[in-house]
Amino acid sequence: MDFKGSETVPGPRTEDRLPQTAQAAAKIVIVGGFGVGKTTMVGSVSEIRPLTTEETMTQAGIGVDDNFGSASKTATTVAMDFGRIRITEQLVLYLFGTPGQERFWFLWNGLFEGALGAVVLVDTRRLEVSFDVMGRLEERGVPFVVAVNTFPDAPRYPIPELRTALDLPEDVPIVECDVRRRASSRDVLLTLMRFLHSLAMSGSLT
Amino acid sequence: MTPPQRTRRTPGEDPPPRSAETQKGPKSNPERIYVVADPEGERAELDLVTLIVATSPDPPSSATPEQAALLRLCSAPLSVAELSAYLNLPFSAVTALLTEMLTAELVQARAPIVRQALPDRSLLEAVMHGLQRL
Repeated sequence: MDFKGSETVPGPRTEDRLPQTAQAAAKIVIVGGFGVGKTTMVGSVSEIRPLTTEETMTQAGIGVDDNFGSASKTATTVAMDFGRIRITEQLVLYLFGTPGQERFWFLWNGLFEGALGAVVLVDTRRLEVSFDVMGRLEERGVPFVVAVNTFPDAPRYPIPELRTALDLPEDVPIVECDVRRRASSRDVLLTLMRFLHSLAMSGSLT
Repeated sequence: MTPPQRTRRTPGEDPPPRSAETQKGPKSNPERIYVVADPEGERAELDLVTLIVATSPDPPSSATPEQAALLRLCSAPLSVAELSAYLNLPFSAVTALLTEMLTAELVQARAPIVRQALPDRSLLEAVMHGLQRL
């Protein structure tokens, strides 16, 4: 590992330091296909400059790269962008923009199992890219909302048509958003929190 | 224009057959490259958002450069994910480092809030209030 030495490590900016009273953190996962806008969403809503945590794994058989014929295993780095919002003096919320491929999820302990919930970000030009992610979340019992990132040249479907296409129950929110705008990204997160709250009220959150 | 059609899945359902590309048998699973455990083979249960705080503002003279750097970052609470980002180390390398440091009581860990069977409605309400301020 390329450790740089203690003197060269830049820490958080003074205004990004958490108070000593910060007792606990919770996380929300933003998941979707490559290029759908996860990083943009994390960046637009985060109070800190978005950061990246990486995990390194061996290449063997993950189907990412064409290293067939190479005798040794190759290290592959999977990166995940994240941001942070201070909720209260005690509570912090983290947002992780997570690769859509389930085979990477195990790299981070409890990424989905511990998350309050997930936002599935979709692009209507490539709707089918998000199908597997939704299925995996359903299998794991992770509550999620669907946010349609409205790219200018993307087809627009009425929400009921999208709901039918995505085979989602009536209570799962589907919202349109422009992830470049902070207010729009925030509203997606609020939609998720209201959904989780309604699940809590009806006692169906597992 | 009609959108493509998905089929809903249910918790515990068997995943559908994988594509030929990923179907390479059990040996094909990727592995973390840094799987480091302490001599007892124990590993602290650290989440990406476990908050880490240094127990003392000054690193002991026995601290390694990595430990000293981490302790400086953790003078105020910081998540494991942030430590990984600032130290430019993989998440698994940071958790290995932290496992030693927790044992040596150089740092304390504040456990994250995770989704539970009985969710805390007041927590969800607090998050909503916090988001509305943005």
